[in-house]
Amino acid sequence: MNFEEHAAKPLLKKYGIAVPESVLATSAGEATAAAKKIGPCAVKAQVPTGKRGKAGGIKLASTPDEAGSHAANIIGMTIGGWPVEKILVEAQTNIARELYLAIVNDNATKGPMVLFSHMGGMDVEEAAEEDPNAMRKAPVSITTGLTADIARDLIKGLDLEAVEDQLVETMLSLYQAFRGLDAELLEINPLVITGDNKIIALDCKLTVDDSASYRQEEITPQAAPEKLTELEKKAAAEGLKYIELGGSVGVIANGAGLTMTTMDVIAFYGGEPANFLEVGGEAYTKAKTALSILLENPNIKSLLVNFCGAFARTDVMAEGVVNAWQELKPDIPVFFTIHGTGEDEAIALVKERLGIEPFELMDDAVKAAVAAANERVNA
Amino acid sequence: MIPRKHHKILVQGITGKQGTFWSEAMQAYGSTIIGGVNPRKAGQQHLGVPIFATAKDAAKEQPFDISVMFIPPAMAKDAAIDACEAGAKMLVCLTEHIPAHDVMEMHVAAAANNTQIVGPNTAGLVTPGECFVGIMPAFNDRVFKPGRIGVISRSGSLGTLISLMLTQQGLGQSAFYGVGGDPMIGTTSVDALKILNDDPGTDGVVLCGEIGGNAEEDAAEFAKTMKKPVVSFIAGRQSPPDKKMGHAGAIVSGGKGDYPSKRAALEAAGVAVADTPSALPGLLKERLASNAA
Repeated sequence: MNFEEHAAKPLLKKYGIAVPESVLATSAGEATAAAKKIGPCAVKAQVPTGKRGKAGGIKLASTPDEAGSHAANIIGMTIGGWPVEKILVEAQTNIARELYLAIVNDNATKGPMVLFSHMGGMDVEEAAEEDPNAMRKAPVSITTGLTADIARDLIKGLDLEAVEDQLVETMLSLYQAFRGLDAELLEINPLVITGDNKIIALDCKLTVDDSASYRQEEITPQAAPEKLTELEKKAAAEGLKYIELGGSVGVIANGAGLTMTTMDVIAFYGGEPANFLEVGGEAYTKAKTALSILLENPNIKSLLVNFCGAFARTDVMAEGVVNAWQELKPDIPVFFTIHGTGEDEAIALVKERLGIEPFELMDDAVKAAVAAANERVNA
Repeated sequence: MIPRKHHKILVQGITGKQGTFWSEAMQAYGSTIIGGVNPRKAGQQHLGVPIFATAKDAAKEQPFDISVMFIPPAMAKDAAIDACEAGAKMLVCLTEHIPAHDVMEMHVAAAANNTQIVGPNTAGLVTPGECFVGIMPAFNDRVFKPGRIGVISRSGSLGTLISLMLTQQGLGQSAFYGVGGDPMIGTTSVDALKILNDDPGTDGVVLCGEIGGNAEEDAAEFAKTMKKPVVSFIAGRQSPPDKKMGHAGAIVSGGKGDYPSKRAALEAAGVAVADTPSALPGLLKERLASNAA
């Protein structure tokens, strides 16, 4: 789950990190009113993606009218594929220095990693690539947590003595937030030192672990919506992972690895997969729901069903598909290949109820599905 | 380690529906299950073995080598730490969707107690003809046959298909090592590769990878040092970036962990990479023949 700036900053504040005063607005009128209250402000596009400044999505305004006209320009922009519908009107900050501070889940060390740079701002990634010393990193033990010593060490020798204690405090607070929110990524860029030596978070990027949503119920409603098609939304509501891909060969397979592989093999034999849809794991009894969602995609010209049962029983999945097929009576050809747990029963079922002979080899099933789809696309 | 018939296995969550189904299947295949864990049923018997309140209690009465967890995500961390502290040499963690911070705590406990975690989100391990631990169709002899090929897979379903293709071509397996689809797994592909390289019963290895992370790149570095042939298939060539394709680990972000870089790393290390899984047995046979010559 990604959280936009306007949703993430109040969470930072809760953990004791200072953020500028701000108001969320959805129109030029609201922005003007907010600026009247706040004074000189920044007008910031709210989209769950980076590089907003470079895309022209962040503008400074010294008067309410200026804030209103910036808002009018920014609302309706598209940044990183996201339409801008909301803006944050935020009090301007007196910036002396810009820093970068983040905590991420690090897969290599299998623990949290704190990242700090004294070169915060728009080009921190580029700066870190040119000068690896620009980004300091410290692995943290999840059981002992971030300590003041580690934090102090990260900011040593960077002419930050005047704000050292406050910075260490901010780092420890950020770590509390990272743990408390089950964050995968919690990033402040820039973390600002003001002219009067205060530490303020000027932006915040937060990604919360989807697997932890059951214990983060308080914040999940504020997460940014995922960029999903109508069918993807429908599938998600049914607890199915469905991704639309634009090709013509529909795919139903079990397990993420086998589903990705099926897509790859379709492409290898000259076809284009229409979707990713896996019915393995806990979803293996939902084959019927899965098929009906998939058939709503008008681009599908043939369907490939590839089951290889390990945990999932192919006979249960096949029965779900066959039931749905007989009920929905789709006007496209379907090709089966079935192996593993329950294969004899599954193959017998498909033969008996649909009169279709499953392919012994996956490659043959894929070739047939690709040929059928291409023929119908070209017809 | 590679699970053997003589290894004593504890099943955490043995009394649940899946725990019962797969424990029976493991017993029938030859795995030595010595007990189970369910705090509410301690003192009872299930599938002919005693139930304990915790893995630590079990260790006092019935020492074990391997623990396998049929435990839902919210309870997985405590169960895993219990097994590590009870002295499990290996912990097979089948659970998917364990919060990442919990997984980190599990890895700390594993390191402190010298426990080898397999997973999370693994389908388990099969030693054909001997035993299996997890949720793999070991008992299907069209899929698994005893032999001399090691199979490493992030995915259970794809690993099953590839084992079946090997068996169809007369290549039985010495071990199937499901390493798991999560981003933060205990035993990585390169760890599994080292285990199979040291195994005198293994002549060659199929590495079945996925996009995302750097498991395949690390494995490539080690494969350079191996005399045994390694062939590979990497799933996800057609998967769009920035989308989680079911497995949390299988995501390409900012160009890192993408298909071309993995394939290039493996090929530079002398690993033959197949375009489709069905090409793997043939590639492996060629490599085995030229190794023998």
